[in-house]
Amino acid sequence: MTYQEPEPPSLADLGAKLDAARAREDTETGRTRPEGARSGAGLGFRIAVELVVGIAVGAGLGYALDRALQSRPWFMLVFFCLGAAAGVLNVYRAAKSLSTGE
Amino acid sequence: MSNPIEQFKIKPLVPLHIGSVDVSFTNSALFMAVAFVLITAFLTLSVRGRALVPGRWQSLAEVMYEFVAGMIRDNVGKEGRKYFPFIFSLFMFVLFGNLLGMIPYTFTFTSHIIVTFALASVVFIGVTVIGFARHGTHYLRMFFPHGAPLATALILVPIELISYLSRPLSLGVRLFANMTVGHIILKVVAGFIAAFIASMGVLGILPSILPAAFLGGITVLEFGIALLQAYVFTILSCIYLHDAIHMH
Repeated sequence: MTYQEPEPPSLADLGAKLDAARAREDTETGRTRPEGARSGAGLGFRIAVELVVGIAVGAGLGYALDRALQSRPWFMLVFFCLGAAAGVLNVYRAAKSLSTGE
Repeated sequence: MSNPIEQFKIKPLVPLHIGSVDVSFTNSALFMAVAFVLITAFLTLSVRGRALVPGRWQSLAEVMYEFVAGMIRDNVGKEGRKYFPFIFSLFMFVLFGNLLGMIPYTFTFTSHIIVTFALASVVFIGVTVIGFARHGTHYLRMFFPHGAPLATALILVPIELISYLSRPLSLGVRLFANMTVGHIILKVVAGFIAAFIASMGVLGILPSILPAAFLGGITVLEFGIALLQAYVFTILSCIYLHDAIHMH
């Protein structure tokens, strides 16, 4: 009459099963990121921020270097240009990751 | 008429000073604490039943878990799973901060750039440490594109360095700007209604219809932005983590 409680599966067992199930799911579905949830305005805003921030960091870095080395304004001039390049690079990377759906 | 910027003012609730540093418990800190308590309560209470068939609250908690877990799996890969607790905490904190701000008379702590920048810096420093821990000095290759002629290093390395350093700023600015702008628009449009009523009395209700309708739409939009920005903040953190683990 005594009912034997079934042995609960060990955690390691469960983990292995989970991993297997996840791997199966990954290969079956091809696992793509849900796309299309982004709004156009948000996208534009993101790109704009990337560009401005690159320039700001470049100019800020140049300014800090100038203050430290008392070489105003040369570092700031150079780093402003480098920052602008970095900003464009940021935008390029952001746009690339969008188009390839990375 | 209330100033649309007034809502972002930091007010010390419990003045505290350590030496000359002001560490007062402010309204911003209060709402961070509220967010923390709400998150903890929500997650612990909702899964307390541990039902196999989840109820409403448990489903909600499971949806959050699945959402962040899926985000990490898609953007970081298998190795990212051990960073789940951090990413999940980050997501919940930003999400609750954004949503708490949508309740009238509350304070939106994500509308301060120092808060979002501090969060972004934690991500940035953490990701950089992980990168160096995994790849050692090889991680410095991040700053020099593969296959470029050595002579171009003089220009390319600073550009890559600035691009890398700009990450925490762009991460922080994006969240801060979205939240601040949304709240200012809400306040300004609501201010039109208050101005109509104040100057025209009961008749002011008639011209108020337009801004009121507009306000309704904007409020819905703001809820969307609150969710979207929490998502964007988290997914960009995931992408940075991916770069640190795999190197592009």
